[in-house]
Amino acid sequence: MSIRGKAFIAGAYEHPRREIPDRSVAQVHAEVALGALADADLAIDDVDAYFCASDAPGIGPLSMADYLGLRLSHVDTTETGGSSYIVHVGHAAEAIAAGTCSVALITLAGLPRAARNASRPGTRSAGFFLTTPEGTFEALYGATTVGMYALAARRHMHEFGTTREQLAHVKVAASHHAQFNPRALLPNVVTVDEVVESPVVADPLHRLDRCVVTDGGGALVVVSPEVARELPRRCVKVLGHGEAVKHTSGGRIDLTYTGAVWSGPRAFAEAGITPADIDYASIYDSFTITVLETIEDLGFCDKGKGGTFVLDGSLQAPDGRLPTNTDGGGLCNNHPTNRGGMTKVIEAVRQLRAEAAPEVQVPDCELALAHGTGGSLGTRMGSATLVLGQEDS
Amino acid sequence: VITAGLPTPAPVPSPETEAFWDATAEGRLLLPRCRACGYTIWYPRSMCPSCASTDVDWFEGSGRGIVYSVTIIHRGEGAYRESTPYVVAYVELDEGPRVLTNVVGCAPDEVRVGQAVELTFHDTGQGNALPRFRPAHREEDDG
Repeated sequence: MSIRGKAFIAGAYEHPRREIPDRSVAQVHAEVALGALADADLAIDDVDAYFCASDAPGIGPLSMADYLGLRLSHVDTTETGGSSYIVHVGHAAEAIAAGTCSVALITLAGLPRAARNASRPGTRSAGFFLTTPEGTFEALYGATTVGMYALAARRHMHEFGTTREQLAHVKVAASHHAQFNPRALLPNVVTVDEVVESPVVADPLHRLDRCVVTDGGGALVVVSPEVARELPRRCVKVLGHGEAVKHTSGGRIDLTYTGAVWSGPRAFAEAGITPADIDYASIYDSFTITVLETIEDLGFCDKGKGGTFVLDGSLQAPDGRLPTNTDGGGLCNNHPTNRGGMTKVIEAVRQLRAEAAPEVQVPDCELALAHGTGGSLGTRMGSATLVLGQEDS
Repeated sequence: VITAGLPTPAPVPSPETEAFWDATAEGRLLLPRCRACGYTIWYPRSMCPSCASTDVDWFEGSGRGIVYSVTIIHRGEGAYRESTPYVVAYVELDEGPRVLTNVVGCAPDEVRVGQAVELTFHDTGQGNALPRFRPAHREEDDG
């Protein structure tokens, strides 16, 4: 069963704040839920399906359905790390196509900055990782999150000659976009020199190769074609979805590619398009290396050529070859609760509705992609690719 | 088994990994190998992720390998906060698996992809030891 054209994104909402010391996690879920429903011109009573991941408090959909007052015929708590919400769009489209629901709500929210400042529970400790089967073999060596991505970057450099300066171009493009986003946490344009001269966090990655840490969240409303037709709002058509898990392969991990090598072709095939057809791309940017490897794996350039591809403003809207993360991405704008998948879909929806910031709006944007990389480039990841089009595409 | 300069947190052995950790106390690196297909498995588990057999046995690894990738951590967390800079690496064992570890016994910026390394064990103080690696001992040094 293909989901091509079987579902539409009718509502998308990004929480406007980046530091939220005065809310509970459930409250922020509720704020983004109401925001996305208002954007779709729908009400909480219209929702018959709810999707969330492990950022939702309590017993996920049970706690949140209770809090929000939802009456549900379909729930899904697929957890693939920060890409979960992209997977949720695909699964919502499948559920709608199967007839089990017609209005699906997806929410993400979290308060890592607030937790850091107030010692609230909410972040996973080393103790959590020691309870996983792999944890006791991975969590004892001081390998930080940045360090695991640095291992991928170092190997990519070793095999393909990728440089720190090339990685820096990914950040430069994000900062170019962020200057036009008044909500961006880091709105200042940076240069390649500023990136490579920022302090080394885990060699070869620097402070400016990292995404931001923000409180906040976002929500999406995915609806059936019948519901979409009745809505005044311009909707976005779901054209294709692919998901994959790449892991350590029993100890034969290859750090030079991501699960996008599998999720991308699945999504493109379902949509009936090729990478060259994409007008705008939201590409998961936990770190600059995440973008660089993903661009290769999705087929925007050959393997190993990502470092060359990102030069010369290729990622910069509106005129680059592949305008990418025009909201400033996770690198500069927002990466709520260390999970960037939701904001990736939201900016793709803005582009297809011609509602991005005017300076970065891609002219005649007809086909957009949102790609998520949850987990870690250095161990195991959940990859998800979504192809979206204009309502009448 | 020696005392380390780096923090050496203790593992949390499970029934599945107890034999592995017990052997570390004797300075031995046990590797799980599938008796059905011969695959050497990492991380240790009781099922073969290559062929799904549960007939998995232990054998003693050579303790030799080469650096597959390396990073120098400049911002440590938790127990490692005060230990920077230090090296985290994937070491590809001669037996095949790429294992996450530290490389010690040299300046952090001397560790290179492709470098030959050998096993060393650091005592956790909890009845077992953490396998780490150091630059391989060169034979010409013996002469």
